[in-house]
This record gives sequence, C-alpha cells and structure tokens, in this order.
Amino acid sequence: MEGKGAMSNKHVNAVIVGAGAGGGVMAKVLSEAGLSVVLLERGRWQSFHDITDDELISQRSPMLTRAPGPDNQPSRKAHEFDNGRNGVVVPNNAACVGSGTMTYGAMAWRFMPQDFRMKTLYGCPKGSSLDDWPISYDELEPCYERAEWEIGVSGDDTGNPFAPPRKKPRPMPAFPYNREARILIRGMKRLGWHPFPAPVLRNSIPYGGRPACIHERSCVGFACPINAKCGTQNTVIPAALATGCCELRTDAVVSEVMVDERGHARGVKYFDRNDRLQEQTADVVVLSAAATGTARILLNSTSKLFPNGAGNNNDWVGRNIQNHCYVGALGFMAEEVYEDAGPGLSVAFCDFNHGNPGLCGGGMLANDFTVMPYGFTRIRPDGAPGWGPEDKDFQRRYYKHMVRVVGPVQEIPVFDGRVMLDPKRKDYWGIPLIRSAGEKHPHDVEIGQFLSDKAELLLKEIGAEKIKRLCPSPTSKRYADGGGQHQAGTCRMGRDPKTSVTNSYGQVHEIDNLFIADGSLHVTNGGFNPVLTIMALSYRVGEYIVKEWRGGGRFRT
Amino acid sequence: MPKKEKRGASRRTCLKLMAAAVGGAAAGIGGAKSVGRLGAAPEGPWRVLTSEEAALVDAVAEQIIPADRDPGAHEAGVVNFIDRQLDGPYARFADKYHKGLRCLTLTCQKLHGRAFAQLNWPDQTRVLQALESGKVPKDIWTDPSSREFFGLLRDHTMQGFYGSPRHGGNKHYASYKMMGLEYPRIIGQNRY
Repeated sequence: MEGKGAMSNKHVNAVIVGAGAGGGVMAKVLSEAGLSVVLLERGRWQSFHDITDDELISQRSPMLTRAPGPDNQPSRKAHEFDNGRNGVVVPNNAACVGSGTMTYGAMAWRFMPQDFRMKTLYGCPKGSSLDDWPISYDELEPCYERAEWEIGVSGDDTGNPFAPPRKKPRPMPAFPYNREARILIRGMKRLGWHPFPAPVLRNSIPYGGRPACIHERSCVGFACPINAKCGTQNTVIPAALATGCCELRTDAVVSEVMVDERGHARGVKYFDRNDRLQEQTADVVVLSAAATGTARILLNSTSKLFPNGAGNNNDWVGRNIQNHCYVGALGFMAEEVYEDAGPGLSVAFCDFNHGNPGLCGGGMLANDFTVMPYGFTRIRPDGAPGWGPEDKDFQRRYYKHMVRVVGPVQEIPVFDGRVMLDPKRKDYWGIPLIRSAGEKHPHDVEIGQFLSDKAELLLKEIGAEKIKRLCPSPTSKRYADGGGQHQAGTCRMGRDPKTSVTNSYGQVHEIDNLFIADGSLHVTNGGFNPVLTIMALSYRVGEYIVKEWRGGGRFRT
Repeated sequence: MPKKEKRGASRRTCLKLMAAAVGGAAAGIGGAKSVGRLGAAPEGPWRVLTSEEAALVDAVAEQIIPADRDPGAHEAGVVNFIDRQLDGPYARFADKYHKGLRCLTLTCQKLHGRAFAQLNWPDQTRVLQALESGKVPKDIWTDPSSREFFGLLRDHTMQGFYGSPRHGGNKHYASYKMMGLEYPRIIGQNRY
C-alpha cells in the first residue's frame, strides 16, 4: 500500500488510536491543554439499545454475535481459529466508543505498592521475566486520584488494612452489601479475614450529571441503560469533545504508524468506514489499542530504521503478555442467597495479594458478578449430568443458591509468552492477524491453587452444601486466543531500552513522539482488574506530553 | 433452497410415518414417559430444517430439558430458536445438523429398528447417552462425531430455553418463570 492512494487529512497536534480506557483519558488531557486531537476508534457509538440485556449477544457470552464493533459484521469478520497450538488472535473486546469501559464489570482497583516492586520483593522466578515497574505506587497515586474523581468511583477502604495509601477519599460512598456478601462476611470474620466493599466505577449516588445505579441484572457484559456505569464514553470523551479541540472519528481501523527516515512518527494510516485508506499526520502519536492491538500496530509498522516494527529493534514488542487466570470456588447453599440486584459483585478482600508463604504475589478475591440463566447451565458440580430432568432441576433449585468467591491471579510474565504477526493470515482490511505463542509460567498454577484453597475454606466456613473449585486447567497454560480479558504487558515500560519498549512515561524508546497509553505498558498486571491502573497511567502519560509540549514544542515537526 | 427440494421425496414418506406415530400416541397422552408425549409436531414453516428434522430436534431437545412441573424445551419452542439461528448466526452449523440428524435416525434404526420419536422415553434417553459417550456405531458417525453433534444440540437447546425470548425460544419466559426471575424487571424507570 505504501501510502499510495491514501487520502490525507488536516494535520493535527495529536492522533490517538483507540477510544477505550487509555485513549479516552488521553483525549481529555491533551485537548484540555489546547492540543488539536483526532481520536480514532474502530467501533462506533453504542448505547444500551444497541446491545440490550440479551444474554446471547452480550460481550461475556457472545453466542449469537460477538462484542460490538466492526469485527461483528459478518462481511468483515476476522474469525479464524486453527487447531494447532497457536491461536490466531481475533480482537475480542468491545470495539465501540468507550470500548471495554462501556460493558465492563467496572471494578476500580488501585494496584498495591508491592505490585510495582515484584522483582525486589520476590526475585525473578526461573523462566520468568518478572521485574519492577520503573515507577512506584506513590508516583502514580495522584493519577489514580484523578481517574477516580474524573470518571467516578464508589468505594470505602475503611475495612481494608491492606489498602494502598491515598490522599483523598473516593468521590462516592460504597454500595451497601448484598445478601451473598453478608453471608460471606460472616465467614470471613470468623476466619480473621478483612472484607470490604469492592470499589467500582459505578454511581452509588448521582455523580457527574448521571444518575445512581439501578442494579440491572444485566450489568457486566452490557451497557447501562441509564449511564450509571462510568466509562470513558460518558465521562472523559464527552469532556474532550466539549473542548472543541478533539475530533472523534469512528469506524477508523488503524493499520500502522508511519515512521519517517529520521525515526520520527509522522502519523497513522487507517481505513475509514468505506474501507478507504486514509492518512492522519500528527506531531504526536498515541497508541491506546489494548495490549494485543497496540502490539499489532507496532509490529505492522515497518520502516527503514525499524525493520521489525516501530520501537521493536530490541525485540520486546508483543512479549511478556499477561492476562488474568481466574480462580476460586463456588458453593451451593441450602438457603436462598440471590438478590436480584445487579451486577452482584459486592464484597472483596485483599488478605492474599501478598505475603503468601512460598508464593510470588497472589490476588484479590471477591464474590462474583451475577450469572445469567444460560451461563448458569455451564455451572455444575463435578460429575453432575449436563442434561435431562436432573439437570433441569438443578437449574431450578440452585440458581438462587450459589455463592462464588473468585479472583485474578497476578501472573508471572514470561518473555516467550507473546503475540506476533501471523505470517499468512490477514483480516478484512489486509492487516496481518496476530497469533499468540508461549506458555504461562507454572507458578501461576501454584498461586491459583493457593487462592482456590482459600476460597474453598471460606465456602466451607459458611456451610456450602456442594463446592466446586475453579482451578487453572492444563489448557489455561496457553494465552487466550484473543489476548483474553485484562490483557497487558506487551510494550513494557522500563528504564533500560534494551529490556523494555517505552520509558516510564510511555514514550517509545527511539521514537520521541510515539507514546503508548494502555495496558501494554504494565510490567506486571496486579492481582486486580487493571482498568483503573490503565486510566491512571494514561493521565500520567498525557500530563507528561502536555508538559513537554508546553516546555518547548519538542514534538513539533 | 435446491438442497431441500432434492431430498423432498424421501422426506415426505418419512413425514407420513412420523405423523402416524405422533397421531397414534396422542390418544394415550398423559402417560408422562410414553411415546408421543410431545403431542402435535411443532409447526413450520421452517427456514433450514425440514419438517422431519424439526420434529426430531424437538424430540431431542425435550429429552435435554424435559417438561415436569415447568414447561420443557418443546413447549418453550426451542426448535424455533434453533431453526432461526441456523438461518443466521449459526448458519455454519446447518450442515452439521443435517448430517447429524441423519446419523441419529440411522442409529435408532440400527439399534432399535425404529425412528427416535417412536422409541419410549427411557430408550430415547439411552440413545442420547450413547451419543454423548461416543458408544455408537462407528460406521454411522463418521462426520460429525456423535459427541460433537450431541454437544452442539445440547448447547443450542440450553441457549434456546434459557436465552432471551427474542430469538424464538423461551416462549412466555418459560425458563425465567421457572427460575423465579422477574422479566422484564420493573425498576421504576421511565422506559418500562
């Protein structure tokens, strides 16, 4: 293609790729500082009415269609899996304005100070690439605060002795506990653990001009009908657009970053809604296309100075991918525990994130999100028949009797756990698909077993009749075909250009005006849902760009 | 659909047989585990399945989610769901359905000398258990495998019964009522 026939657009100060957690925040920070911004998003604006409350077309169970976005259109679908060990990666998050923040469960965790110092605390397990972040929790703390206040978080740390220090409380009080949580808390107290309300990006009181949560059953995996769930699409992106400096272009599928012969990013190429190739030049390019998407664009951006992809001369792009293996246990109670108040998540505890004997880290545990009726058919005690009268009766008797305690294992990164361009297969636009390779670190399984033990202990304590452990299965050693949820780590930030892709401000080593602001930067992914950290990092990267910009126009061409 | 036309003739005779079987048993309805507990065959017109295939899917789905004090797959219209999806998002499975259903019919003929619908309830269950465990005549089940086919049918039945009624199954919110889930929820907002 080589730019031939590409239509050019008016030059701007900054082009941002991806209107999700990272890109949405970035658009606000840069446009409020007066930079002219183009925000490119492969999906479109979506609303509750496009997605509805239909379990079979939700993001979490895409039975009849995949998540919203261009990949959902049959004619453009990149939907291919091979039977070999390596899966072809198909974009799997919601592609729309707001991306995953439109449909997420919206847990709003700050990583703990220890999560930024994993290597110092635990060393580097054999076969892993475990490292410290180049920044400390304290350096990121103001950005966490800004994310909590500008996007909106409910929560209360009073009951959590492991909570990271904060200067300011969250803007909204915590939600009251639901029935399942109240039952679990009785057990946790007896075990000497420390329950507290899980922090969420959801309005417990009217906030930001949007109403308080109405507890839809269909919350996680769905859009909120009243915008009580706080995503970038109803907070920072509208704020960016309101400055008059930001233009949002939807249906824009970015293929590559254009890098000139001096090693300077000129802008990006993308396909518009009519599949025409367009060029958007800019002084600054920011990639916020999520860990697999950002790596894919970089790897596809080959030039004279970067024959292996932009910023990839040391072969670190796409490596160290992490997501979150979910572990824990579920139990069935004699009593009814269901409360028809979505999204179900209510109580969490951080007793096992760190300081576990013999383990490098751990993870947060919490009760889980509401399961929808079809989803529940996949939840049965071991050995139960999967169909017939007994199965139907199980569905009827136990749907409202289930208690779950689950959490994400903080994964140990592996250098060879990676995504790379597929040598042959391309998507609808001719952009190479990516494939995943490598195996997860065996220590993940040990951490998973430990956390499942704790969950099981708790369920026994509260008297569950039947218990089923959720443990990493042998197949979970593979990295998910689509990169999985909570994907991170593919463009690690670090001090040494030889062992990282960006510096501590998300600035790609060797390409001064190319930045990354998404989960790709995470050196480690925390034993927590990572979205608030992605948002906080984007504030950090954005504030740095603004500071440099004002300090002398370093990026101006 | 030229494919359908071609198969028409043999289908018609088969349909007659099936109608006879269903009609014959309808008299003795009420005996919960007897032939023909489904009553009249589900009505078409069908998009992808033939009438006989639809009746067979209906009968298998009822085994997967049988009526008890709450409606089963038949009453909830699971076969409507499946036929509709085979003409939409599940078009990629249509061929598997045609092949798998024929294998199932052949299996019943070989093991019992009768059509699936003519078997008594426990025999139907046993046939499906054989499919699920792969203990089936290997010469019949070359493609798809019986496990794969049963797994597909099981999963789609669950989706049709427990998914949203907008896709053709879960008629009258049968499964939501059974599970005690109010739908739609009245939550004090204008749009309801």
